[in-house]
Amino acid sequence: MDDESMDAETAGEVMTTKLSETARVARAALVDVAPEPGVSKPDPIMTAVAVRRSFGGITAVDVDRVEIQRGSITALIGPNGAGKTTFFNLMTGFDTPDTGTWAFNGQSLEKVAAHKTAGMGMVRTFQLTKSLTKMSVIENMKLGATGQTGEKWWNGLLPFRWTAQEKAIEARADELLARFKLDHMRDEYAGTLSGGQRKLLEMSRALMTNPQLVMLDEPMAGVNPALKQSLNQHIKGLRDEGMTVLFVEHDMDMVHDISDWVIVMAEGRIIAEGTPDQISSNPAVIDAYLGSHQGKSLLEDL
Amino acid sequence: MFANILDLPFDAILTQTLSAFFGVNAMYFAIAAIGLNVQFGYAGLLNFGQAGFMACGAYAVGMTTHYFDISFWWGIPIAVTYAVVFGLIMGIPTLRLRADYLAIVTIALAEVIRLVVRSVTFKKYFNGSDGINGFADTFRRVTPFDDAKRYKLYPFDTSNGTGATVLLLVVFGVIAVLAGRVLLGRFGRERSNRGVMWAVFAGASFLVVLVISSYVEYGGQSFKAIIVGWILAAVFGAFVFMLMRSPWGRVLKGIREDEEAVRSLGKSVYSYKMQALIIGGVIATFSGMMLSLDRGSVQPDNYSRDVTFYVLTALVLGGAAKVSGSIVGPMLFWGILSFTDVFLNSLFKEWGNQIGIFGWKFVSNSSQVGMIVQGMIGLMLVLLMVFRPQGLFGNRKEMALDGR
Repeated sequence: MDDESMDAETAGEVMTTKLSETARVARAALVDVAPEPGVSKPDPIMTAVAVRRSFGGITAVDVDRVEIQRGSITALIGPNGAGKTTFFNLMTGFDTPDTGTWAFNGQSLEKVAAHKTAGMGMVRTFQLTKSLTKMSVIENMKLGATGQTGEKWWNGLLPFRWTAQEKAIEARADELLARFKLDHMRDEYAGTLSGGQRKLLEMSRALMTNPQLVMLDEPMAGVNPALKQSLNQHIKGLRDEGMTVLFVEHDMDMVHDISDWVIVMAEGRIIAEGTPDQISSNPAVIDAYLGSHQGKSLLEDL
Repeated sequence: MFANILDLPFDAILTQTLSAFFGVNAMYFAIAAIGLNVQFGYAGLLNFGQAGFMACGAYAVGMTTHYFDISFWWGIPIAVTYAVVFGLIMGIPTLRLRADYLAIVTIALAEVIRLVVRSVTFKKYFNGSDGINGFADTFRRVTPFDDAKRYKLYPFDTSNGTGATVLLLVVFGVIAVLAGRVLLGRFGRERSNRGVMWAVFAGASFLVVLVISSYVEYGGQSFKAIIVGWILAAVFGAFVFMLMRSPWGRVLKGIREDEEAVRSLGKSVYSYKMQALIIGGVIATFSGMMLSLDRGSVQPDNYSRDVTFYVLTALVLGGAAKVSGSIVGPMLFWGILSFTDVFLNSLFKEWGNQIGIFGWKFVSNSSQVGMIVQGMIGLMLVLLMVFRPQGLFGNRKEMALDGR
């Protein structure tokens, strides 16, 4: 156990040395924040208070208070069935809480429909990737842009009203595709992409909405290690561009590597918050998520 | 036995088949299929109530002239209003639900319309199952065609004046260019000499159209509906084509693929589905309007479930999510139906009031021919689904992506 925590510390030190400017700023802002559930952040972009949602007799989400710090990468971790995805759905309007208030940029989202959140600067991806298979990759991307004139049907009939905008959107889409190394698949059907490529497509399509807050639901699920590395870089790149990232993930190495703050959920509640280092030594987390037998061989119990 | 197959009246068979290709039935099916394509092909809305929208148009026209006693032209805005209201009634409760619920509600609502207009209670408004009859005059007055004359589509036929010849040649030219474009998209995608290829395809199509036209003729009575109807079909086809190339069409296709993804990107899925339902419905309402104008009457039972499903069949035959598919599908549907019918009937007569081989008679009564025709249509559809599930103009690559 001691050996392992030593390793983690040295690894942490190595990482701090090559932290980017934005990462340093993000971590510095969170340095004085106490590592306890529901703690207030200096500059929250999203706040949820007393949000509850139950399905029948099961309370899926029961969050007293949670705030997401602007400009940081926040990880949301927890065992399966902890309510992470439900929490995502509640925040983005895909599901409605039974009680509670939640706000984005200080603006209440209580009566805001799911499709309006993207226009406000909040976009999400899905755990099961939703690529629009029978449309080309570039069409997928162009669909992501918000505020398109040609998306009104009467304007659709008048190409001169939207072709200029369309060109600008296409240029931006091509730029993003190049950044995510999907440009060679530009004109292929999205259905021909591999699982990992679809994750990349979904993320870059979400970026087409020019979001302030990007919510990624398990961006690494089913992605091979090499691609994981570049996805890590992409997510860090989002923070460098001034976006806030909230992501659900099970891969603890990745969480440790890229997140500035970690929120732990279990059985619908937030049981811990803190920096990655604080979280990995938190007994409550180890008990709920990593399991009390962590570090032992699976066979030892037998 | 097989020798006298050659004695069949092939000229008559060909004329009847080819005339059915562009006839009234194909025309009103095509308009309905263009509308259904917006809903089903592009937006993925399983609308099983297209007959309801068609009835809206038919009854609007029928009631305008017969009961309201106002100009025939008022029928058009009234029909559009009916269709919009019907679309709202249909869409508001169901578009938030899953696709299969929409299918159930649409089929039920279309039946509600039919049963209301044919009910005894409302007989004084809609005249029950007899429908509204005898308004053929109104349409006759606004079109320049003579009921007693027979019209031939062959441009150089002696019965056609110079004006008609030029007009027909221009129309054939446009059809040939469009057909050439479709063929180019299918066979010439990778070629470098696309311009030449297009010209060759268009020229060949022009010759084919010319040869076909020499067999096609209509009585003046149906000819006016055919001309007006196909013009409408062309206009709606162009309208849908433009829409589907625009960002609006892109959102619609996105909704067909995954509405949650589209919603997460900031589009109001509900509003787009409603727009698609209503636009498709308004187009379909013109289909019912044309049918009733052609017949000069409207009967509720012309707008029952089977019409919806035949239109759907014709659309799938042509290829969903393609404008060309929604126009050519109905043509083929009625062409094949008519060919089987005429061919079997001639055979029936030729073989001495029976059809059979090797002493096994499977048709011994002329009324059985119709059943065989229906059976053949079913068989044809099964074969189509097995060997070409994307339809004639559909995209095979798109189809192959299903279920991945």
